[in-house]
Amino acid sequence: MIKYLKTDDSKCVGCMTCTSVCSRLYFKEDNPARSAIQVLDRGNNEFHLIACDQECRKCVAECPVQAIRVSAAGVVMIDKKLCVGCLACVAVCPIGAMRYYPGDSTTFKCVACGACAKECPKQALEIVRKEEGAAS
Amino acid sequence: MSVKREDFKLLSESRFEPRKIERGYAMRTMHVDVGSGKATEKPVSEDMKKRFTGGKGFGLKLLWDAVKPTTKWNDPENEIVIGMGPICGNTNYPGSGKSLVVSISPLTGIPIDSNVGGYFGPYLKFGGWDALELQGKAAKDVVLFFDSNEGTVQLFEAPAALGVDTHVLAEQLTVAFAANEAERQNVSVVSAGSAAEHSFIGLLNFSLWDKRRGGVRVKQAGRGGIGTVLRDKRIKALVVRYKGVVQDSNKAADPALVQRTGLKLHREIIKNDDKQCKMRRQGTAHLMEVMNDYDLLPTNNHKYGRHEKGNELASWVWEKYFTQGLPDGCWFGCTMACAHAVDGFELKTGPYKGHKVCVDGPEYETAAGCGSNLGVFDPEGVLEINFYCDTYGVDTISFGTITSFLMECQELGVLNRERTDGIDLSWGNWKGACEVLHSMSRGERFGTLAGKGVKFLAGYFSKEYGADPQLMKDIALHGKGLEQSEYISKESLAQQGGYYMTNKGPQHDEAWLIFMDMVNNRIPTFENKAEALHYFPMFRTWFGLQGLCKLPWNDVEPADNAKHPEPNKVPEHVQNYCDMYTAITGEKLDPPGLIRQSERVYNFQRAFNVRMGKGRREDDWPPYRAMGPVLEDEYLAREERYDKQMKEKIGVDPAGKSVAERMRITREYRTKQYESLLDAVFKRRGWTMDGCPRPEHLKDIGMDLPEVLEVVNARIAGRA
Repeated sequence: MIKYLKTDDSKCVGCMTCTSVCSRLYFKEDNPARSAIQVLDRGNNEFHLIACDQECRKCVAECPVQAIRVSAAGVVMIDKKLCVGCLACVAVCPIGAMRYYPGDSTTFKCVACGACAKECPKQALEIVRKEEGAAS
Repeated sequence: MSVKREDFKLLSESRFEPRKIERGYAMRTMHVDVGSGKATEKPVSEDMKKRFTGGKGFGLKLLWDAVKPTTKWNDPENEIVIGMGPICGNTNYPGSGKSLVVSISPLTGIPIDSNVGGYFGPYLKFGGWDALELQGKAAKDVVLFFDSNEGTVQLFEAPAALGVDTHVLAEQLTVAFAANEAERQNVSVVSAGSAAEHSFIGLLNFSLWDKRRGGVRVKQAGRGGIGTVLRDKRIKALVVRYKGVVQDSNKAADPALVQRTGLKLHREIIKNDDKQCKMRRQGTAHLMEVMNDYDLLPTNNHKYGRHEKGNELASWVWEKYFTQGLPDGCWFGCTMACAHAVDGFELKTGPYKGHKVCVDGPEYETAAGCGSNLGVFDPEGVLEINFYCDTYGVDTISFGTITSFLMECQELGVLNRERTDGIDLSWGNWKGACEVLHSMSRGERFGTLAGKGVKFLAGYFSKEYGADPQLMKDIALHGKGLEQSEYISKESLAQQGGYYMTNKGPQHDEAWLIFMDMVNNRIPTFENKAEALHYFPMFRTWFGLQGLCKLPWNDVEPADNAKHPEPNKVPEHVQNYCDMYTAITGEKLDPPGLIRQSERVYNFQRAFNVRMGKGRREDDWPPYRAMGPVLEDEYLAREERYDKQMKEKIGVDPAGKSVAERMRITREYRTKQYESLLDAVFKRRGWTMDGCPRPEHLKDIGMDLPEVLEVVNARIAGRA
């Protein structure tokens, strides 16, 4: 099984609650650049939410030190002790869900913890499980 | 057979304070006396940094200080110096894990420099060293172990159970010196092999532990016989251990700029590589069909440039052999990932017959040199030669060019079974080529003879077997004693210069101008060619000063590169390099400044050649096979091209003239052309017409060191 954060752009109003929750939880600051969930403003009150689908695993294949692995819960996780910060994973990610903050030594990504989903006022985010290989 | 850490008898130990790198430099180098095992540190001065930059620059400076003008390759004072460079070891910019190795070459008698990947250089650097000098000789086989975390250097007696061939020994050492199985990636080994002991073409294998394959991979400092020097010093291997590589191990002045610049290239590679060179799937072997199509693929000792079976060694063939989908970089963060391998290859000959092994490569040079150039079009034959060259520790380029020479000598009747000790060296017989290798590995007569290189062999065959000395000279493809690498240069005057007006000998890493010259006709005049033969060797020298790989410079290009006025320079990437240098060292650098850094070291190396009694105009002269058709059937294979040139460029009507007469006219013309090119290039480089750097030029570029001026002034005054 794969556990992932399911996003629904049609419900998002761009309040940025999710980015605040995420960056505060993992980086102790309110900063969208340090949030694993991203909210892209497309204008006309339309927003696009970006988070790892935990499924394509291109980053897992690309990592030269095998610092990126799939956990027992089916989540793609970075072992920061092994990471050499090369950013190859950022480059191969097809949706821009693998992130880095300038000057920080390792990358970060959504680990489907669900903290943002709990706080989202519009239920645009949800933790769900899917079968390996199923369409996301 | 496994070897345990306790099997290694400690002979001596030195201790240092591990030092953190600051802005790309440790500001010290290590000297090891191999005889006693005593290691000492030497400070790097600001002046040394300014003039020599790092990497090959530091290597050449240390080598200069270590040797005398009379030093031979096997004198104890000769050194192997491994230099890293300030950018070496960063994980963000693809191709940043290179080391540059220099030594006095057994093939040429002058400094050789060879560029190599693998983890050894960065791991050594992060212990706080900009370069490592190995001097002296051990009385028996030894292993040197550098613990970059602990700051120790230990000299061990090599245990009897330790192999000599790299695929055995590197794995034994990695397992023995890693703290545990999970930490094998923290160990890297430098080794040669059994054939390096009996030839002048020995190489150094630099290892990396491939976590996914669960085994050792190797990259080669291939050229010029440095592995021969290693074994002559009785060094079986160097081992380094380092745990703790992080994004900013170089303590960059601006780590965010390092990340930004690296990520930009990562993205360009991911996006463009599949449409451009396909390095991620095929590596440098992607060139095979391109060369064949353009009549540039060395075939039968560079006699021809194309073969009807050429496509049997094409990129798509190799792509099927290479295990796909693995991040095959030779250092962390290289998304160009060209270091491919064939897994589970079953050997058909030699002492490891029947073993299933991992073959590193083949890269283009090996596929061409040990494939088409030997008339071998069986990919498995190429893989067999590739594997044995690597594990025996010999250079596939020199081996390919030597064996093609031997095969042509058999065709010409100079060699026969009696003279080859029974080895059949017919074109295409890859098993015969392997027999030469096995003979070299065992130290037998014919293999040892072959391993002396084509310069020696040409003289030997004339003297011992009565071969025509001029013919031998014409078809023995070497410059300064180093075998030519694997591009047909005879139809491109600029490429002849690119090969033979080099410091170390004919190696494509200085200038690859064939397409610019022949296909795109961008450098039509002597002055254009001379400018290219100034700019590109200088530009490419810079990679070796920094610890960089050349491939990500132009084996991937920005999508809009062709719009620039000088697309061959890949201007956006040149700017990336300036940005990377500035980001790491904190020193400003622009493209002219980059060239200036290289010019200093390039001219120093040329002066070094002068100091060793070489570096003259005559030393930059190619054998005729590299310039034009030596034999009648060779002329006839391109008759139309040569006749057309005769009419249009030479102004002579070929009609009614015999082949011999047309060959003579072509040769005379091409010889004159090369002379004119030498004049133009020497002038552009600031050298005398005999190829010696002028004192005024050395002053202009900031390389007027007293010891250098002494050497060039003596040459110019006719005293040396």
